[in-house]
Amino acid sequence: MSATAHPARTAPDQPAVQVEQLQKRFALAHRSPGEGGIVALDKVSFTVEHGELFGFIGPDGAGKTTLFRLLVSLLVPDGGRATVLGLEVVHNYRALRPRVGYMAGRFSLYPDLSVEENLRFFASVFGTTIDREFEQIKPIYTQLQPFRDRRAAALSGGMKQKLALCCALVHRPDILFLDEPTTGVDAVSRREFWDLLGVLKRSGLTTIVSTPYMDEATRCDRVALIHHGKLLGIDTPSDIAAAFGRPLLAVRETARYKALLALRTYEHVHSVYPFGDVMHYTDAREDAPVARIVEDVKTFLFAHGFAGASVEPLAPTVEDSFIARTEGAP
Amino acid sequence: MSDSAIHAHELTRRFGDFTAVDRISFEVETGEVFGFLGANGAGKTTAIRMLIGLLQPSGGAARVAGHDLATESEAVKRSIGYMSQRFSLYEDLTPRENIRLYGGIYGLTRDEIRQRTEQMLARLGFSEVADIAVRSLPLGWRQKLAFSVALVHQPRIVFLDEPTSGVDPLTRRQFWGLIYDAASAGTTVLVTTHYMDEAEYCDRISIMVAGRIAAMGTPVALKTQFAVDSIDELFVRLARPEPPA
Repeated sequence: MSATAHPARTAPDQPAVQVEQLQKRFALAHRSPGEGGIVALDKVSFTVEHGELFGFIGPDGAGKTTLFRLLVSLLVPDGGRATVLGLEVVHNYRALRPRVGYMAGRFSLYPDLSVEENLRFFASVFGTTIDREFEQIKPIYTQLQPFRDRRAAALSGGMKQKLALCCALVHRPDILFLDEPTTGVDAVSRREFWDLLGVLKRSGLTTIVSTPYMDEATRCDRVALIHHGKLLGIDTPSDIAAAFGRPLLAVRETARYKALLALRTYEHVHSVYPFGDVMHYTDAREDAPVARIVEDVKTFLFAHGFAGASVEPLAPTVEDSFIARTEGAP
Repeated sequence: MSDSAIHAHELTRRFGDFTAVDRISFEVETGEVFGFLGANGAGKTTAIRMLIGLLQPSGGAARVAGHDLATESEAVKRSIGYMSQRFSLYEDLTPRENIRLYGGIYGLTRDEIRQRTEQMLARLGFSEVADIAVRSLPLGWRQKLAFSVALVHQPRIVFLDEPTSGVDPLTRRQFWGLIYDAASAGTTVLVTTHYMDEAEYCDRISIMVAGRIAAMGTPVALKTQFAVDSIDELFVRLARPEPPA
């Protein structure tokens, strides 16, 4: 699969996105605690370089959608400043909008139009045609072609998202904002969607994408962890994981939940969580060598009737890091 | 088995020419945590809607909480709890009001409602937010409350449709703690999820593909049977036998 490189995408002297101290508050309905509503975005600063595939990783309500709406000029910030492609988002929105591709979190295509009709509509809004932009959308369009006459409403979740991506690309944007494109999409379709983003990245397109799925972080060049309107860290996925900062152990035991409850009572436990078919354990002792912790945990489990448990060191993931950075938060 | 919580036999649902659920048969034991997996469009939601008495089967039969789905669907509805990712609580009401409302709907006495409200709020650690509108709570808190509300009438079975979708990783794990607590108290749990790590937390899982159950068993047994390292890998293999070019 190939996508042509864009002359307009050669990097100018400014980063693709520059955000400084960006802030957004929303008023709340009656009976809310506190004053001045909720802070959806709390003085967020970051930079995205040209050609990067940059991910915002965080749960629902973290502020991802607010941030994206600010960046594509659909909301006005209460404080701070943001430029996209060198254009300030509040004052230069007219120049900015034609150059941005935006896929909203909620499916926002026309359900009663067919795949083909939706695509043709979005092309015509931006004064172009499917034929003229075919090279740009080809990798995605080939997957949609078998369903070209199907109403958008009748597509599966994964196919709907591919169509929305195609519509966001059809005017050949210089930067792409994808707000939770894989939420509610099954594990297989999610994988396929990220494969497509990989293809777009190779064409040089700057892409900013948000997701609540921690495992998708590894598909990005860099990620920002976001929670309660604040950035918890920005780095490459491997450095985010590596910054975990404590020895991490994988505990494997058939009676998992009982072992988990037992480990929570262990005098040296710092944290223990289920992670797929294992448990991830960290120790409260800052300076104990890993081998010592492994032996101690084994001994503890053996003494509590979990004779078959296995304990071994493990490399932390982005999800471990996210949990560590949100522990103790409300 | 007579005391199984769910017993589905050749359960089928057709919409016109399309067979959404195609003769599925399975049993869920009392107190079991059963993961009901499948790709988008595989038929999970249709199957659940039949099992909770909201959709008439086109064929087959099922007993849910000891009641026949075809002839006793009202009794089925009273014996189960249901929580979905989208709808669960009245957002303008407070946690306390939501619990009381659902307690009333399920016909609990005033004393029972009062007692369970206090129990639940204490167990969730919600004493400080008991009287503020649900809409101002973080999603993870709302989902924990929604789960408790689904259990307010002490149903034999609770159906959870993507309960942790979009929830942060820490709260997701706390939520599974609630699921295990309910199961160890004897409540049967049928849960759907797109997080494949959560599939590993279930006692048994089934994976639906195109309306049929393509695999069913304990996560360990399935991984052995299909020679895969994770349920994620198995899911990909079953859902896309031939990956697109």
